[in-house]
Amino acid sequence: MSKRTPKMTDSLDPGSVFGQSIRRLSPKDLARNPVMMVVGTGTLITFLLGLSNLAQGKPAGLDFAICAILLFTVLFANGAESVAEARGKAQAGALRATRKDLKARKLDGEQYKEVAATDLRRGDRVLVKPNELIPADGEIVTGAATINESAVTGESAPVLREARTDNSGVSAGTKVLSDEIVVEVTVDPGNSLLDRMIALVEGAKRQKTPSELALSVLLAAMTLVFLIVVVTLVPFGGFVGATPSFSVLVALLVCLIPTTIGGLLPAIGIAGMDRAMRANVIAKSGKAVEVAGSIDTLLLDKTGTITLGDRKATAFEAVQGVAPGTLRDAALLTSLADPTPEGKSVVALARDKGSDAEASEGTEFIEFSANTRMSGVDLPDGRILRKGATDAIRKFVTENGGNYPQETDRLVDRVAKNGATPLVVSEGNRVLGVIALSDVIKSGIKERFAKLREMGVKTVMITGDNPVTAAAIAAEAGVDDFVAEATPEQKLDIIRKEQDEGRMVAMMGDGTNDAPALAQADLGLAMNSGTQAAREAGNMVDLDSDPGKLLEVVEIGKQLLITRGSLTTFSLANDVAKYFAILPALFVTSLPALDALNVLDLANPVSAVLAATIFNALIIPALIPFALKGIQFKPASATQLLRRNLLIFGLGGLLLPFAAIKALDLMLTVVI
Amino acid sequence: MNEVIVIYAVTLLLAWPLGKYIAGVFDGAKGTAGAVFLPVENGLYRLFRVDPFQPMNWQGYGNALLKLHLALVLIVFGLLMAQGFLFLNPDGIDGISWDLALHTAVSFLTNTNQQHYSGQAQLSYLAHTFGIVTLQVVTPAAGMAALVAIVRTLLGRSDKKKQPAVDGVVSVGNFYEDITRAIVRVMLPVAAVVALIIASQGVPNSYEGARTAIPLDQTAGMEEQNIPIGPVAPMVAIKQIGTNGGGWYGPNSSVPLENPTPLSNFVQTVSIVLIPAALVFALGFMTGRRRLAMVVMGVMVVMSVSLTSVAIWSENQPNVAFSGLAADGENLEGKEVRFGATATALWGSWTTQTSNGSVNGMHDSFNPIGGMVPMIDMFINVTFGGIGVGLIGYLLFLLLAAFLGSLMIGRAPEIAGKSLETREMKLVCIALLIQPLLILGFSAITVAFPALTGNSNPGFHGISQAIYEYTSAFANNGSGFEGLGDDSVWWNVTCAVNLALGRFIPILAPLAIAASLAAKRSAPEGRGSLSIDTPTFGLMTLAVIVMFTLLSFMPVLILGPIAEALALMS
Repeated sequence: MSKRTPKMTDSLDPGSVFGQSIRRLSPKDLARNPVMMVVGTGTLITFLLGLSNLAQGKPAGLDFAICAILLFTVLFANGAESVAEARGKAQAGALRATRKDLKARKLDGEQYKEVAATDLRRGDRVLVKPNELIPADGEIVTGAATINESAVTGESAPVLREARTDNSGVSAGTKVLSDEIVVEVTVDPGNSLLDRMIALVEGAKRQKTPSELALSVLLAAMTLVFLIVVVTLVPFGGFVGATPSFSVLVALLVCLIPTTIGGLLPAIGIAGMDRAMRANVIAKSGKAVEVAGSIDTLLLDKTGTITLGDRKATAFEAVQGVAPGTLRDAALLTSLADPTPEGKSVVALARDKGSDAEASEGTEFIEFSANTRMSGVDLPDGRILRKGATDAIRKFVTENGGNYPQETDRLVDRVAKNGATPLVVSEGNRVLGVIALSDVIKSGIKERFAKLREMGVKTVMITGDNPVTAAAIAAEAGVDDFVAEATPEQKLDIIRKEQDEGRMVAMMGDGTNDAPALAQADLGLAMNSGTQAAREAGNMVDLDSDPGKLLEVVEIGKQLLITRGSLTTFSLANDVAKYFAILPALFVTSLPALDALNVLDLANPVSAVLAATIFNALIIPALIPFALKGIQFKPASATQLLRRNLLIFGLGGLLLPFAAIKALDLMLTVVI
Repeated sequence: MNEVIVIYAVTLLLAWPLGKYIAGVFDGAKGTAGAVFLPVENGLYRLFRVDPFQPMNWQGYGNALLKLHLALVLIVFGLLMAQGFLFLNPDGIDGISWDLALHTAVSFLTNTNQQHYSGQAQLSYLAHTFGIVTLQVVTPAAGMAALVAIVRTLLGRSDKKKQPAVDGVVSVGNFYEDITRAIVRVMLPVAAVVALIIASQGVPNSYEGARTAIPLDQTAGMEEQNIPIGPVAPMVAIKQIGTNGGGWYGPNSSVPLENPTPLSNFVQTVSIVLIPAALVFALGFMTGRRRLAMVVMGVMVVMSVSLTSVAIWSENQPNVAFSGLAADGENLEGKEVRFGATATALWGSWTTQTSNGSVNGMHDSFNPIGGMVPMIDMFINVTFGGIGVGLIGYLLFLLLAAFLGSLMIGRAPEIAGKSLETREMKLVCIALLIQPLLILGFSAITVAFPALTGNSNPGFHGISQAIYEYTSAFANNGSGFEGLGDDSVWWNVTCAVNLALGRFIPILAPLAIAASLAAKRSAPEGRGSLSIDTPTFGLMTLAVIVMFTLLSFMPVLILGPIAEALALMS
């Protein structure tokens, strides 16, 4: 995220980029990209034409000049790919550096022995003590610990990771601050998330994504169209007594075929994954990043994503006939031993309201259990105080021969309608009143949802709350829809339902019971702190374990696709100006009347051809920043976005080369 | 000028109700006017032993379409070769050569009606009425059927119940039902109305042989004149209404017998665009996407009006050969003075926009820029376009625009909620790629070996003639830069190849695409997805069409008509 935003040129060694670009000139590498293959072939042909002219004692300067410009065109394209790769690798390398030379205590029964981290295999168990670095990605199987994950996330606040919870995942290179834990290694060396990410960035193993493949088909078809156009110009020109120069024809062909997008396409793909990585999200495939752009529905857990993790007590509502002070003090007493943030907030609220009740000697605290769904205290004076879920207290009170007043239901409803969770407090078999626990909506979340709505992305909040509370929070946070009283298992059904309606669904999850839903979702973003099952099931992993990250991922995906589409449009729109530069130059010597088409008033045929060809080569490095950073993306409706990008890249692509080619022509006339 | 505006307005006003009627015809088990026409259609189904109820997948539909065309081409080919021995031949016309017969049969089979012969002199009444006219009725109906199948499959209403799959592939409808309804309920009734109107204006309608007239002034050396007649009116009606174009007489609708009065010229001009324009409205009624239909119509009207304006402007300029002479005025070379430059330019532009190809003047004699307009019209070929195929071609560009447009808004490529993937893009690219390949390829070979050409003109105009001929063939238009000695084995065979590929690939590829898309899960269209019925997207589609045409054909236009115009100016 913003913590690490290296400059474009960070960790880039110009020498190695240049070396890479040269190495990629091999026919095998060029063949991966049909557009560049044509340019490479053109380079060779113009070189041979130059040699042949030289041998016959004819002028060969133009041939060699075109040859050189074409060579640079290929080198620039290769360079774009190399730069993108180098940035991606540097990013991943920085993460990986943290785990070099780690030692591990590998457990062998009760014994352990020191081994190098690189020797650990999947399934090995290691013991990690306080102030040690965790040697490999894995899952805590015994114990709990606070861990500093700043090496991975850049966030220095320690986090709690515990065995057999949804927060059992740990990453190599992070530091245990307290407590001993036993970690089961979940990956073999060279197979960690980062290793896989680096492989995705590297050319050889990179697979084209579906839309990249479809776009390549279009680019190849356009290349073929232009090949036909240029080849047939030979007989057409000959028929009217204007046989064109072969070198200039090659130059025309290269200018027309979509070299700009063809050269930048691999870099754009790599840069997409790289941008994800900069947001501390590791994509398991290029496709995952691409899919993110097309997401229609976001499933968001309420807690942690929409609201801060913890609820706070905000009010005490006493039933009629109970003094407010009685309820306040009872609430305080039942919460004294409650270590959860919610319990603490009850105490804080009661103290705020002036309570000075203290637990006396001999007070017995009853802990919360999933069975009773209540907690409380048995005081030495015989009073039995309880607080808990509405139905649990109702059952408790009536079982003890008490009367559960209707008014309680009204209070409970009122609290719930305000989006708070009601906890009922009782003394013996008498109901005292209700504590309102309110969710605290994260700041800025409403604006983010508004942006998503602007982009046409539907947000669905998933919560275990009752429908009334859920509706209130949903309204406050501004989500489009919510599912109340949901269990993790239900997420799978919700995803399937949305998908059946044709929507692309993204969700974030961390628990083992989230795993099926993560796998089913089109975009499953697993938290790095989650269980191994969740991390395996998702197609992206968020190192920060920040549920709000989904929104960022969607934007990165959109940006990737926009960059591809806009540069394709730009590339094709450029061709009009190139026609006007080269076609008159090609024929004007034999057909002087065609000089009328030299609308740019270029100095002479040679400078016109060179200016167009140089523009065609230079536009590739000029657009590398766009390819790597992605085209600026403002949330807007599809039609607004289309209008804006058409104007910039369509109309701009049509006009810009006229100006640029004219400028280059002026410069060339000075030089030549 | 006013006449042009009136003709545009009348055409579009008539197209609206006709479009609604056409959409109704293909809707449901009976369709509009089923009570009247179903008995006739059922008779036809029994006669040809076809089952109009069996749903077909795209392969089955395509197969049925190809089989029908194969049968027709064989019959017509035989008829043309053997017409000399057959009946309904009062003027004793002989059979024609194999290559001319092949070209003629394929030409009419593909709704092109490119003629390398002169109708009245080389074809018997039998060949004309049963061979040619049959194809002139059936082939536009086939185009309409294909369009209906594609639209139904690609953009069909989601509220309609889905057709069952056939062999695991999506059903696209039943070819026999579609084509029969197109013939019986659309082509024949509309043609009948037009035939009646023009017959009332004096177009011949008779099975008697040619008339003989004694010229008033025999001093010119001609003692008597043979005036060929025949059942001309129905053929002219269907040639106009069915985007066919092949006339009874060689010079087509410039002959007074084929186009006698201003009213007949008006009706025939309107007839050129009527059904193609009606189909755009029908698209809206069939799919419930009225806005889309209006945007498509908008784009087509913009293209049509711009190109037509250029043609009208050009033809109102003096012919360069007359410059400086007293007769400075509109270019009347090769035009009927009865119609004048404007009406001829309008016809010339419309007839090439719609792949009709009938003429009321010689395109070859247009000024260079005016002559370029029909060429550009045919390169684009989706400005209304041929019946069915014009809109199908537009849908191809729509797919291409949707592909780029989706990416530009940051979504994986999709159209109407269906994702566009490699398979669809391959088909789109094949359908688009063969156009420059065949037109430029054959033209280049032709000019490279001048012995093949039979070009009447060297230089720039020679290139224009070759390009025009192959473009006309590929676009299934049929008009020509006449003056080209095109009745040779080379021209006949290569044009036949262009005709067939230019007809069937642009029909079958989109049919396959539609079926492939229909099988995918469909996403609801929302604020974040590409909407194809906005003016912005219409503009983008227009830009894609213009760019594709410009990039493919700008060089030949420069070496042909543009160089010619510049050379004449200097």
